[in-house]
Amino acid sequence: MIQNLVDGVLTGSIISLGAIGLTLIMHMLRFANFSYAELLGIGAYTALVFDKLLAVLFPALSGKIGALTLTGTLALSVLLAMVVAGASAVVIDALVFKRIRAKADALSMVFASFGVALILRNVITLIFGQKAQLYSNDIAFAIVVSRDPLLLIKPDQVFVLLAALVLMGGLHLVLTRTTFGFALRAVAENPVLAQVSGVRLSVIVTSVWLIGGALSAAAGVFYALTNHLSPAMGHNFVLPVFAATIVGGIGSVYGAVLGGFIVGIASGLALMVLPSGYIPAMPFLIILFVLMLRPHGLFGEDQG
Amino acid sequence: MIGLISYLAFFATMAGILAIAVLGLNLQWGHTGLFNGGVVAFFGAGAYGTMLLGGPPEPGQFGGFALPYVVALGGGILIAGVVAWIVGLLTLRLRHDYLAIATFGVAVAFENVTRNADWLTGGARGLRGFPRPLEAAIGDTFLYGLFFLGLVLAVLLAVYLGLERLVNSPYGRVLRAIREDEVSARSVGKNPTRLRLESFVIGSMIMGAAGGLYVSFYAFVSPQDLAPILTFQIWAMLIVGGAGNNRGAILGAFLIWGAWTLSGFALSRFAPDAMQLYTGSIQYILIGVVIVGMLMWRPQGLLPERVTKTIYQKGAKKGSVIINKEVI
Repeated sequence: MIQNLVDGVLTGSIISLGAIGLTLIMHMLRFANFSYAELLGIGAYTALVFDKLLAVLFPALSGKIGALTLTGTLALSVLLAMVVAGASAVVIDALVFKRIRAKADALSMVFASFGVALILRNVITLIFGQKAQLYSNDIAFAIVVSRDPLLLIKPDQVFVLLAALVLMGGLHLVLTRTTFGFALRAVAENPVLAQVSGVRLSVIVTSVWLIGGALSAAAGVFYALTNHLSPAMGHNFVLPVFAATIVGGIGSVYGAVLGGFIVGIASGLALMVLPSGYIPAMPFLIILFVLMLRPHGLFGEDQG
Repeated sequence: MIGLISYLAFFATMAGILAIAVLGLNLQWGHTGLFNGGVVAFFGAGAYGTMLLGGPPEPGQFGGFALPYVVALGGGILIAGVVAWIVGLLTLRLRHDYLAIATFGVAVAFENVTRNADWLTGGARGLRGFPRPLEAAIGDTFLYGLFFLGLVLAVLLAVYLGLERLVNSPYGRVLRAIREDEVSARSVGKNPTRLRLESFVIGSMIMGAAGGLYVSFYAFVSPQDLAPILTFQIWAMLIVGGAGNNRGAILGAFLIWGAWTLSGFALSRFAPDAMQLYTGSIQYILIGVVIVGMLMWRPQGLLPERVTKTIYQKGAKKGSVIINKEVI
């Protein structure tokens, strides 16, 4: 019970990071982006490449940090992967979505996003292979926090949870304390009025792709650090991040964070009653449940 | 010669089955503007439904009611329709992309059930031994292949003619009106939510029929047959052929299935040994490129939707007589 709860909180923090950018994109560009979760995979694999590269260039950094399996090089690689994934999100938008946006309706974009996801996932498979990989082959020993009820926590998991909370806290400060944050929230609230007030929509959209890509990359690395890397990881996060955005209400950053934790914890607790093979469908049940009770989510507004 | 003919019959049977599913999708996406992100689930509901109702009994396994073929196929279609009805009821009055997300979720949930609910779906092993219709009466394998091709083409023709009638009727016009402008459709007293739900359910039942035919062709179904790529293939077929055009949908099905088969053959023949494990990925990338490329450069497809314009008849008083004329 308590173990499932703790694991759920951890998964939840990863889902939350992945959902923040998605909820803003869905709100501003008004389309469900099925390729968004592939950014997690892009981020995780980019970090793998940088990690190997940096370990050769700066062997001094390749030692483990404290009790973590996280190495100095991987910690740096996370930051680089965030930049790369953010940039890829912007490039994909410029290459595909912007062009389709210009001449077709929002549903064509949903359609195209499935195609983009298929391409991205299989390019990753071609480059890195189908097998699951790990950043480090060292065994991550879990610490027995309590024996009855049994609770095992790995140091990496504590790090991931803290790092995710720091990223979310940083985003909160940016949103509430900077002019850019005001502009972003203004666009999320009312794009037309924001433009009238001199906010450039295209700049905000680009920055949302950047932020979303970066946070997703962090989420991808965090998932890979506590589980493993596989080309299917992006695909496996599609439904959880959508569920988080729908639970929180499309367009609400705080809703997405809360929604992510709700989806993570619910999936963790569901393990007590459901065989693990059914857990991927859990976010779907949450979506149906929310659509029945509160179709616009916890913090969402009626968008018709 | 016999080998070639029987291979072509096999190819055409498969393409025909997929074409039926593409026609179902065309009613949803092409004519009503509904996004179905989980085609494979409705195809699969028809396949497993038909199998459970018409398959042979097996110890420890639910289903195997060995019902007559037509009843089993009808039941499979009905099951696909019920699944669509439930999903549609929950999502169709909301933001348009909610249906995309929910149907994608249905596909994930469906895959979970087919892989894990051993008592119902046989799990990863799947279900086997479906009695193919009239197989004993015909006997000869070659002749039976041709017979089955005929059966599939007959169903395809029936679905095509039925849909043509439907979409060219006033009902079809209302569906397109909803797709183009929901508010105007509502302002003239149409109920978009109900009509969308109907179109979604009918389209999904057609996909279920394709699934039912699939299981009767192979006499076997397992989660491997219903991989998520099937959804993408069926989309690529529709978007290449031309959304909103039923002939385009059938053309697209044969073209894409041909390209898929040929590319698979070419890759297995010419790709270096080290790459053999990844030929599937290369084919998936091709499907993705086809979808994205078509949407970017020719979103109307090879055979675009034929726009029906209403014009005033020559000589008649303005506004008195209105006829429909096809302008291409």
